[in-house]
Amino acid sequence: MKAWEVVIGIETHAQLSTRAKIFSGSSTAFGAEPNVQANAVDIALPGVLPVLNRGAVECAIRFGLAVGAKIAPRSVFARKNYFYPDLPKGYQISQYELPVVVGGQLAIVVGESERVVKLTRAHLEEDAGKSLHECAGANFHGRTGIDLNRAGTPLLEIVTEPDMRSSTEAVAYARALHALVRWIGICDGNMQEGSFRCDANVSVRPVGQTEFGTRREIKNLNSFRFMQQAIDYEVQWQIATLEDGGTVEQATVLFDPQSGETRAMRSKEDAHDYRYFPDPDLLPLVIDRQWVDEIARQMPELPAARRDRLATDYGLSAYDAKLLTASLELATYYETAVAAAGNSGAKACANWVMVDLTARLNKEERDIGQSPISAEQLGGMVARIVDGTISTNIARKVFDALCNGEGRSADEIIASQGLQQITDGDALETLIDELLATNAAMVAEYRSGKEKAFNALVGQAMKATRGKANPQQVNALLRKKLG
Amino acid sequence: MSLTLEQVHRVAHLARIEISDGEAQSTLGQLNEIFSLIEEMQAVDTRGVEPMAHAQDVAQRLRADRVSEAGTIDQRAAFQEVAPETEAGLYLVPRVIE
Repeated sequence: MKAWEVVIGIETHAQLSTRAKIFSGSSTAFGAEPNVQANAVDIALPGVLPVLNRGAVECAIRFGLAVGAKIAPRSVFARKNYFYPDLPKGYQISQYELPVVVGGQLAIVVGESERVVKLTRAHLEEDAGKSLHECAGANFHGRTGIDLNRAGTPLLEIVTEPDMRSSTEAVAYARALHALVRWIGICDGNMQEGSFRCDANVSVRPVGQTEFGTRREIKNLNSFRFMQQAIDYEVQWQIATLEDGGTVEQATVLFDPQSGETRAMRSKEDAHDYRYFPDPDLLPLVIDRQWVDEIARQMPELPAARRDRLATDYGLSAYDAKLLTASLELATYYETAVAAAGNSGAKACANWVMVDLTARLNKEERDIGQSPISAEQLGGMVARIVDGTISTNIARKVFDALCNGEGRSADEIIASQGLQQITDGDALETLIDELLATNAAMVAEYRSGKEKAFNALVGQAMKATRGKANPQQVNALLRKKLG
Repeated sequence: MSLTLEQVHRVAHLARIEISDGEAQSTLGQLNEIFSLIEEMQAVDTRGVEPMAHAQDVAQRLRADRVSEAGTIDQRAAFQEVAPETEAGLYLVPRVIE
């Protein structure tokens, strides 16, 4: 049996987070009444003219800078011609021969190893409207309903080289890209609402062959899990087809999450004859160096740089640093907490964020932006662990109290709920003397060589202080008293 | 180069223009005349000349990212007056499904 190599390239449509549409002054907000955010330009009334939104161009520049691409000093909008009811003009304004972003690359991590996926280009274009075949409470009498609110929403289409060799690499790329576009604030990344949609071009070839096999394009993958499943299915289908002596025809396919299979769309052979030509309604887009430099100055520190810096500055493991830089919000939260806790609390802050806070957010289905405990509150609490005011165990109570809004700060909760650790040696000594007197049986057991009895005594002391004694101090005092 | 009758029919179909065989025949002649004109122009040496994307040599002006038109139900109703069929605010079209 032959060994096969998988070749994957990915095209992503990222909806840009602008307020207005790419060529009109309509709002891009999601969830409005159908066709209310579709003005004369969006519905393509005769005589209207597109005017390019500066904000969309800035998003493209930010992306280009983030992936180390060339920002084209001059790029051109073109018409991509096809007929579909959710495309009222009969063409989509896109870019073809001269895109705004050329080249670039994105680092991905697969298992332990890091590698780079090369990008071909990224270009600006407008989204189409939505076709609804049925929806709650509306029967279209066997017709299709068209909502043009999405028509004209700015998209950045990001295209990779055929650079990935497995579904795992493809998903790692998609995740890295998803994190990056959110990090630099150009796309909200909401996959349910269709803000980030991927198409995967998949082909297989015998290992050692230099020419690519015939590819099939899997359209509209709107979750990472579906992407993995769809590519895995497509790869085994192509290999099985070729090994049975068949051929793979170039086609566009859809993934059906129900069956876990991909199937070819019934598309006519002319579907891909788009007859691109420069749009005479739009002049070339000119981006001067000064504009690019200005945007470069406003760029946030990028995820990879932030990750390396967190590891170096706070002595975090590579793994922890990667988790804490999953999003800009999370990284900012972490560093704000450390600022409040002090650098000696950096590792403790990392643990609290990754374990207790993450568990709480997951349970409440919130993201870090909606955290019930602020970074300053968490950092303030960690500061009290570091200086010995509370133990880690007691801190869990403080953490819950802060999440439940029982006080404004850790200090306030420690004071009002009397959670301060008993570090007064005299007070503790008195308490332990009493304990030894009332637990004579345990003391005798310990003296007869049963180490377990010692632990029981420590337990009693912690119970008597409601967990507020310092366990090390209790240990030391007990050892001293029991001689 | 010159076009075939089949190509004329194909282009007409892509543009959703209905043409009769007679029209296709006369269009073929006209288009081929245009192609021969292009062939003549291609004899000109254009090395080092950057292709123009627009007849005017100026740059695109940009609009600020600001919502300048708050859509309203009334405006939608005005737009939809000319639509053959609407329901629940949607334009209705013959069923399309992939």
